[in-house]
Amino acid sequence: MKNARNLPFLATLIVFLIAYALCTLQFPNMLSTRVVANLLSDNAFLGIAAVGMTFVILSGGIDLSVGSVIAFTSVFVAVLVGSFDLHPMTAFTLSLVLSTLFGAGMGLMIRYLAIPPFVVTLAGMFLARGAAYLVSTQSVPITHPFFETIQTVSVRLPGGGRLTAMAMLMLLVFAIGALVASRTRFGANVYALGGNEQSAALMGVPVGRTIIGIYALSGFLSGLSGIAYTIYTSSGYSLATVGIELDAIAAVVIGGTLLTGGTGLVAGTLVGILIQGLIQTYIVFDGTLSSWWTKIVIGILLFAFIALQRAIIWYSNRRLADGAARGELRGAA
Amino acid sequence: MQTTPISAALTRKLRRLGPQLAALFAILALITLISPGFLSITVQNGRLYGSLIDVLVRAAPVALLTIGMTLVIATRGIDLSIGAVIAICGAVAASLVADGYPLVAVLVAVTAVGLVCGLWNAVLVAFLDIQPIIATLILMVAGRGIAQLITEGVILTFNNDDFADIGSGALFGIPVPVLLWLATGLLVGLLVRRTALGFLIEATGINRRAAMLAGVQARFLLIFVYAVSGVMAAIAGLIITADIRGADANNAGLWLELDAILAVVIGGTSLNGGRFSITASLIGALIIQSINTGILVSGFPPEFNLIIKASIIIVVLTLQSPALGFIGGFLRPPGNAGQPIGKASAEPRAGEKAGTTRTDRAPTTFSTQERTS
Repeated sequence: MKNARNLPFLATLIVFLIAYALCTLQFPNMLSTRVVANLLSDNAFLGIAAVGMTFVILSGGIDLSVGSVIAFTSVFVAVLVGSFDLHPMTAFTLSLVLSTLFGAGMGLMIRYLAIPPFVVTLAGMFLARGAAYLVSTQSVPITHPFFETIQTVSVRLPGGGRLTAMAMLMLLVFAIGALVASRTRFGANVYALGGNEQSAALMGVPVGRTIIGIYALSGFLSGLSGIAYTIYTSSGYSLATVGIELDAIAAVVIGGTLLTGGTGLVAGTLVGILIQGLIQTYIVFDGTLSSWWTKIVIGILLFAFIALQRAIIWYSNRRLADGAARGELRGAA
Repeated sequence: MQTTPISAALTRKLRRLGPQLAALFAILALITLISPGFLSITVQNGRLYGSLIDVLVRAAPVALLTIGMTLVIATRGIDLSIGAVIAICGAVAASLVADGYPLVAVLVAVTAVGLVCGLWNAVLVAFLDIQPIIATLILMVAGRGIAQLITEGVILTFNNDDFADIGSGALFGIPVPVLLWLATGLLVGLLVRRTALGFLIEATGINRRAAMLAGVQARFLLIFVYAVSGVMAAIAGLIITADIRGADANNAGLWLELDAILAVVIGGTSLNGGRFSITASLIGALIIQSINTGILVSGFPPEFNLIIKASIIIVVLTLQSPALGFIGGFLRPPGNAGQPIGKASAEPRAGEKAGTTRTDRAPTTFSTQERTS
């Protein structure tokens, strides 16, 4: 059973390794730490948000507000630093508090008003995007020495690659996320909730606290992702990162997390992010393919992985049903 | 129940639509207070003009999508792909028109493309048993890429007055988009309400397994609703493409699926499936468009648009919330209220062996429905 559950993750990992091998066969230059480091740096903000999305999806929910919260954070930080002369760290703290509260608020609505997460976070998506428009509809550039310092921080890898601060932050978030999911009570509660909310409640999982915690965590990580995005682009723009939540959901699903909740690994999401980044890198290397192929390939991958998951569930269900049927027969006899 | 007098039926209908109608009139009244010219309608060149007419015209794409979305949501599904389908259909339409194909051929081809997109979703949902959100997410992600492929990455424009009339023309003084969504809504509404289709769709949405055990062809119904949704997206795509005389694969129909879902939710159809009302959903679409147009004509900066929209949605959702049953009762259709559909009749999962227990529960589910409808 345990092996069957990790199968989607293993499949994703194998697909990534094979795809990467094929890419390097065609473009030997892709096998360098530079490419890998860029892969991590360019997708850092997406990866951070995807960790939050992993928890949400593990619990059987969904969070559509991610992209809007990233945009709000970026424009909020830009205006605080630019127009109000706050230190970036103060602006970061403020925006993280806001985004966490925002997530917790959505969790409260989901829990206590019993509205489906899809609708609540959809409203949250409009609200956060609207709030971003209110802050500024212009692209706000940031020129603060602090930003320049952060942007130059990097670890030199053998082979010339530079692991930027944002890439390291993303890896750190993934590491902590994986620990929280597998080693803490909160993580266990999230899995239990995604498996079956009613059973979880009967087993003594504090359902309300966990749901609010999950969405607060997703809000916090969306805020953090917004900060990473602001540092990455040195600006804030309220129209940015539209639809990023779809990329995050795609990464989670490709990473082998079951959309019905209860099964999946945070590490899988990292591989999902890397696969998406790999497709983009390949398109850049190829030079003749258009960027819209990214979307089509991601769609095809999504379909392939969902079909794989269905096959696994169908197979294990059949085994369960067989067992149950045999038990029933014995009872009748 | 079959021999209900017409007046009683009308009262019931009004009670069902009451909250939505009240909300629509309240919003229209509010806008009229802020900008008095809102209600004036004039006739120029044999065509109706005015802000109200504008609301009806601009609401056309969302209204069309809402018709399909209502049916999909009634089966406890959701269709996220329709925005992308609009982009695909728009791209197909623009490229065919630009190549000089006759109008009829274009219309048939585009409708067929929408139908194929809907059927793709239907196969994933009905035969592979994939959750609707995820099944339609695939096309939502890939669809714009496909549309880009058709337009080859540029905004395809064309010059064809016949085709442009679908978006900006008028028939008997009424703009064509308005006629299109009214006629389609009426057609689909009659189709599902004058036959058993609507009733069976509701049964499928409330408990697919029970419905199947009672002899309902749930798979056929799922195919039907997703196909309708695809075709509606195709028509909406035609209107949008004809209106701007071009196809923009990136922005055509962007986030319209969310507006359509909202319209359905505002219309009081539960996302948990079951009872639905196309009329109420269409009023929901008009409410959304009135808010959009209202914010524009009353001179608010457009930045407020989303915030106001989000606030109204949150208020409506809170009022409809099952947790606030005592307030929400009057907002939701009688009979469906208070039924814990979400939990009690969730689809059987992993290795359910309860074939027998389910069968004898199925008729009860049915008869409660019968009594309330």
